[in-house]
Amino acid sequence: MAHSTVGVIFSNIHDENIPELSKHRTMASIPFVGRYRLIDFALSNMVNSGITTVGIVTKNNYQSLIDHLGSGKDWDLARKDGGIILLPPYSNETDKPYTTRLEALMSITGFLNHRKEDYVVISDCDGVARMDISDIVRFHERNRADITMVYHEEENMEASSYYITLEPDENDRVKGLKINPDVNGKGKFNLYVNVMVMRREYLIDTIQNAVQRGFSSFGRDILVKNVDTLRIFGYKFKGYYAGISSIQKYYKHSMEQLKREVRDELFGARDIYTKVRDSAPSKYYDGAVVKNSLISDGCIIEGTVENSILFRGVKVGKGSVVKNSIIMQDTVIETGVSLTCVITDKNVVIRDRRHLSGCEELPYFVGKGRML
Amino acid sequence: MQRKKECVAMLLAGGQGSRLYALTNNIAKPAVAFGAKYRIIDFPLSNCINSGIDTVGVLTQYEPLELNEYIGNGQPWDLDRTYGGVHILSPYQAKKKSSWYEGTANAIYQNSSFMKKYNPDYVLILSGDHIYKMNYAEMLRAHIRTGADCTIAAIEVPMKEASRFGILNTNEDGSIYEFEEKPKAPKSNLASMGIYIFTAEKLYQYLEADDENPESSKDFGKDVLPAMLKAGEKMFSYRFKGYWKDVGTISSLWESNMDLLGEDPAFDVGDSDWKIHSRNPLAPPEYIGETGKVENSMIALGCEIEGTVEHSVLSSNVVVEEGAVVKDSVIMAGSVIRKNAVVTYSIIDENVVVEEGASVGEEKSKAAGIAVLGRNIRIAAGAKVEGGKILDKDYKGE
Repeated sequence: MAHSTVGVIFSNIHDENIPELSKHRTMASIPFVGRYRLIDFALSNMVNSGITTVGIVTKNNYQSLIDHLGSGKDWDLARKDGGIILLPPYSNETDKPYTTRLEALMSITGFLNHRKEDYVVISDCDGVARMDISDIVRFHERNRADITMVYHEEENMEASSYYITLEPDENDRVKGLKINPDVNGKGKFNLYVNVMVMRREYLIDTIQNAVQRGFSSFGRDILVKNVDTLRIFGYKFKGYYAGISSIQKYYKHSMEQLKREVRDELFGARDIYTKVRDSAPSKYYDGAVVKNSLISDGCIIEGTVENSILFRGVKVGKGSVVKNSIIMQDTVIETGVSLTCVITDKNVVIRDRRHLSGCEELPYFVGKGRML
Repeated sequence: MQRKKECVAMLLAGGQGSRLYALTNNIAKPAVAFGAKYRIIDFPLSNCINSGIDTVGVLTQYEPLELNEYIGNGQPWDLDRTYGGVHILSPYQAKKKSSWYEGTANAIYQNSSFMKKYNPDYVLILSGDHIYKMNYAEMLRAHIRTGADCTIAAIEVPMKEASRFGILNTNEDGSIYEFEEKPKAPKSNLASMGIYIFTAEKLYQYLEADDENPESSKDFGKDVLPAMLKAGEKMFSYRFKGYWKDVGTISSLWESNMDLLGEDPAFDVGDSDWKIHSRNPLAPPEYIGETGKVENSMIALGCEIEGTVEHSVLSSNVVVEEGAVVKDSVIMAGSVIRKNAVVTYSIIDENVVVEEGASVGEEKSKAAGIAVLGRNIRIAAGAKVEGGKILDKDYKGE
């Protein structure tokens, strides 16, 4: 069973939801919780479920992703057979690079044809969860489903640019499926979390059929149109799920990691893999004050850090106060600085005595490499 | 043309490290944890790769399992190579004669075929019990420049400690005229660091002669080096200036850990020009809680700190609960200090549990001794472990 599922990860889908952080990178390589990138969660879930081959569909800005993944060895995915296989966009004079998920799937039929696994799990990178993929595959087998879609019950959902909600019946069969329904302030919804399981051959047939019919949208032309005839099943994911659908959600879900119960669920088993950087352990100097914060390796702290998340290699100078903020890799905060509700991207320098503040609804964002 | 490596390193990692007591009950000394995320062997291995030496034989003998697993295929040090790389060399059964490694020289001699396979011009001999950053390539250049048969790395030590070391008495040009192993009345304070570069042919020649000598204790310092000097071979010292510490005792291991702390540390592991590579823990960032207080310390990933940590070094996944105090201590991976427990001037090995309200160690002072708790032991709630005690089993108090 373990070896009979192949993974496919879409690295770019949903980029538009979080332009601040995806300007220079894919959704997949957005940094999260100090030392991870969003793709680490999808990849680790697959690896921990025994998947040894993962195709990663890229489109643009994937330099940071390639840098992050390397040979795949940090996820145990540097393999002779399979491992991490990057699937960059394909185009020639007549075929333009893909614009939809269905077109992207069409472009990787070669990869899918060459694999031998029975099942395919397709995942995006906009969700952070610790998920047992083999349980979803078992559910799929048990229900003799054509397509299994994983959903999470969401309260107070906010509309993002593209999302699907499911209406499963008591036997988990999806009877209704809506794209971008009005959700604002309307109670609970079963949000599809962009993780899907199919038989590999079924997926290939579906793609070929869609090509012949000139379909362009997986959601509209395949799922919505055929919800009555296809055996689409909804797998309810009951664990912690963080959908990163906007910079506000990014901030909110990052801050949730300061809660022990959230951290225990996501990281308790110590099985989320990420790129190794060989940073030294973090150092706290005399006079450092750190409260309710997550600190990554390679940090040097002389000032005060409260309710914040520090990525690798961050320096917080003397007399500086960092509160409710997310400070990404190698940011240097000089002395006497005050930051409240700030997100700094990588390699930012905040000069002496600068004061910056945002609010929780609208954190102040400082772009990559800026010097303030 | 025959393929070759200019220099092959042989790392002696078979020592028991008996003066580390409970810390080396089940592991070899080079595998002992150091500096929150490292193990002692990370330093010579990182020095090798940073010096451009990519072929390393690691000679193991005492409790090698954990060390073997840690080194694995050498990937964390970039030493997974198709030609060269890191290789574990353990004693083996041979057609003629099988034996354990009898001394440092014998250990290298038994692995002659490993070295010869790479057809090296030079062989670098290292030991796995020192903390230091050193560019072996510079030492090799000096060896080539002086045309030496053997070059010994040396460091100046305080004169009063000189009788603990192998002392080199040298001429002005650095050539060695006398070698004294732990002299009672040392003539100089230039101590051998146990790091040697040999011109390969000379090494093979003297190892063979040493093997045939029934009087020999088969040790580099006691036998091989004096024999070479006596025969008039060209031997030079190579002066090393910088941090170098033998962490073979409880107190030196403790001191060396503390040397990492502070704004201007005696030894900096965060130097990006000379990275110390290691096998990294799979853990999220450390969490310092609302009631946590961390000062003048080094903390590794995955720690959860709700108590107070002062002037200490904590390895990955250590838990310090609310009200607990850790001071002047080294705590290795996965240990838990429960509520209101106090750990002072101690070294605590992996996966130890100090239960609620227990106390370990005594306030650091000249007279005080370092308390040591071995792996996996549990100190009962409210129990008191005196300073200087070394425990390797559960303790319920007296």
